[in-house]
Amino acid sequence: MSVILFLEQALNGVQFGLMLFLLAAGLTLVFGIMDMINLAHGSLYMIGAYFMASFVQMTGSFWLGLPLALIATAVLGAALEMSLLRRLYGRDHLTQVLATFAVILIANEAVRIAWGSQPIMLNPPAGLTGPVALPGGLQYASYRLLIIAVGLAVALALYLTVTKTKVGMLVRAGASNREMATAMGVDIKRLFTAVFAVGAALCALAGAMLGPILAVQVGMGENILILAFVVIVIGGIGSIRGAFVGSLLVGIVDTGGRAFLPMLFSAFLPPQLASAAGPAVASVLIYVLMAGVLYFRPQGLFPARG
Amino acid sequence: MLELRGVSKRFGGVVATDDVTLDVVRGEVHALIGPNGAGKTTLIGQISGVLPTDMGRIVFNNADITRLSAHARVHAGLARSYQITSIFRRFSVLDNLALAVQARSGSSFSFWHPLASESPLFDEARSIAAEIGLADKLDASAATLAHGEQRALEVGLALATRPQLVLLDEPMAGMGPEESNRIIALMEKMRERLTILLVEHDMDAVFRLATRISVLVNGRIIATGAPQAIRADPEVRKAYLGEELAA
Amino acid sequence: MTRALLVFGVLAIFPLTMQAMDSLFYVSLASRILIYAIAATSLNLVLGYGGMVSFGHAAFFGAGAFVVGILAVEGVRSAWIAWPVAMAVAALAALVIGAMSLRTRGVYFIMITLAFAQMMYYIFVSLKTYGGDDGLSMPARSTLGMGANLRNDLAWYYLVLAILAAVLYGLHRLTRSRFGRVIDAIRENEARAEAIGFPVFRYKLACFVIAGAVGGLAGALIANQSNYVSPSLLHWIQSGTLMIMVILGGVGTLWGGLIGAAVLLGLEHLIADYRIGWLAALAPNYQDHAGLAVGAVLLAIVLVAPEGIAGLFRRRRHA
Repeated sequence: MSVILFLEQALNGVQFGLMLFLLAAGLTLVFGIMDMINLAHGSLYMIGAYFMASFVQMTGSFWLGLPLALIATAVLGAALEMSLLRRLYGRDHLTQVLATFAVILIANEAVRIAWGSQPIMLNPPAGLTGPVALPGGLQYASYRLLIIAVGLAVALALYLTVTKTKVGMLVRAGASNREMATAMGVDIKRLFTAVFAVGAALCALAGAMLGPILAVQVGMGENILILAFVVIVIGGIGSIRGAFVGSLLVGIVDTGGRAFLPMLFSAFLPPQLASAAGPAVASVLIYVLMAGVLYFRPQGLFPARG
Repeated sequence: MLELRGVSKRFGGVVATDDVTLDVVRGEVHALIGPNGAGKTTLIGQISGVLPTDMGRIVFNNADITRLSAHARVHAGLARSYQITSIFRRFSVLDNLALAVQARSGSSFSFWHPLASESPLFDEARSIAAEIGLADKLDASAATLAHGEQRALEVGLALATRPQLVLLDEPMAGMGPEESNRIIALMEKMRERLTILLVEHDMDAVFRLATRISVLVNGRIIATGAPQAIRADPEVRKAYLGEELAA
Repeated sequence: MTRALLVFGVLAIFPLTMQAMDSLFYVSLASRILIYAIAATSLNLVLGYGGMVSFGHAAFFGAGAFVVGILAVEGVRSAWIAWPVAMAVAALAALVIGAMSLRTRGVYFIMITLAFAQMMYYIFVSLKTYGGDDGLSMPARSTLGMGANLRNDLAWYYLVLAILAAVLYGLHRLTRSRFGRVIDAIRENEARAEAIGFPVFRYKLACFVIAGAVGGLAGALIANQSNYVSPSLLHWIQSGTLMIMVILGGVGTLWGGLIGAAVLLGLEHLIADYRIGWLAALAPNYQDHAGLAVGAVLLAIVLVAPEGIAGLFRRRRHA
């Protein structure tokens, strides 16, 4: 097992983790601030990817399509929040689960109607289709490096916004004590809509950036949503820091597991067993991780609330 | 009967109970008083096992129960009523009490036989209902009861577990004089057969019922003794009683 | 009681009338509905009566199906062996998943049950020798012995009907038993139930395991229904579908599972197989997009019937 392979997989893990963070951050804020479980978050990710594909096709440019997709999804997210989701705040979790599950069903069908059932092609921007030589002799896809850069930039921006700006303080105030924040004159309704719209934009960013790597197809949201849930359970509800750590952990463990476990198993297991057990264990590795974290820290690693 | 030694609890940066040392003697009515926010309900929570204790020991009938689960403490003879009414609102009064009786009479991992056929359970529930003055409201849904009646049921649920020591957290909260007198009469009957640790703000009731009084201020016990001694204690007057008596 | 006799009377006569009308397809559809009714009823136990919003019930349903399928492929075809084993495996899974999940609350609980169920999906899908992504085909239905031929759709229907009746009767007795009362109390006020001496965790876990076992039984039956086990049975979308059935039919009611399964599957069948003229004129492909209708109906129920869910069973919000 070479160092280069290890490095490559580590980078892949970080790259995936950072995109997962974009989803998890929005999701954990919604959980933490609005106390609402939102299954439709994955649908926003999917719609973001589809918007991206369409806008890129329309404008012919990756870099023009991206902001358009973000804006479109943010607007859609805000509309969704204002029309439907805000009715769910304060209701019991089962109601929220079922309502947002219904949104998933509707969104999947709507996308199928608008774009058809076949997966759509989304290409990386011209100029970033080739590899870049990294120190150590690794040839790494330049587009993936872009993803890492974007992910880190957004994470930094989020951190700075939430901890250093007035808006961030409002968000945190709303999170810890809604009534108090309202009494202090914060327009909770607008704040929530804004938080949701930002979350939607983050989803769209993840969907748009991952589109060239993963397939853009109906149902792509569901798979990644589960991972986002695992991240939040591990990281702690309501905590951006937890989402960040959790995402990287999940990204690295999942990618690393899939890459190395089969190899590891074939080292000391008979080949037939190894080829079956390897992928099997790799796919459940993050759930084992989640179970492990829960055992020691039932509230996650960095719970935001007491 | 109940010994607290150095019992403490903090929530994040806030110290709720601070090195509390308290004794409850069998057969007494021990009142716990103190200003709002002093930590009385937290202490009750720790004794009943709902809140884990950070430091210190809780000994009940010579057994260390500090790490014992809440439900096991009930079976050991410790029961509690809540300051904010916590009953089974959808259930009838009879069913509320029968539930508490059911909890201590045999295993409930019984999946087939109808509960309704167990008349001894319901008979006992009826007699408890009579004790707490709700004999005529057996079939009423708990949610429809008047506030005073709900508070009576609240105490009744604790009683139905046949405890040796009952922790009553402000049983008369929000009650008018007539309802309060009824609860006080109930407690006078109760003290004949069990020990009571009573948290209350109503000083009339406290001085009428209490064998001994402990005063909790900012999470610490600042005085323990007979009612008259407490009344006269200058520290207590300064910290707490002064406001109550002057009012 | 009379209601039960009436319902089962109708259900018993139904296949005979279908046979007389030479429409045996409906018997097969009906037995499929009854199997899902069993699955939905098992979810109703844990969700409606127990108040536990488990989003991973498909795991037990699918596990039961896979156990039967795997055993069949390996040569074990007797229902007397395969089906109890399916239930035992599902119960074991419920025990493990429940023990880990039930220590958490609210949003955490929902997500964790979802995650663990998805884990089961990935485990079974990775078993390439047993179908993997494509699913597992069984050579034939389980054997019952005693001269019964379960390949006969009519005989199969009556067996499923009998099992449904037994499950419903069992649930009926359970809700009236001591255990049922405790579960009801826990749903009403968990903290107080603990405070009067009930070890709440144990009761919730027991409820979870029982529901899982019955879900596994339903899985065993669904594998037999079409002699095929699809991994999608384990997917969390399947969990959601079961939840929809429970909501439609009535959360926390005895007949909720049956009603919900009948309505949902019946509706899907109607939309898919009967072309409604005027609807087709508006949207020619509407039959391909039945999911939209299901989603919209579900949303409507959730929003417009405020006591539909929150009122049919009241739960405390968990922080």
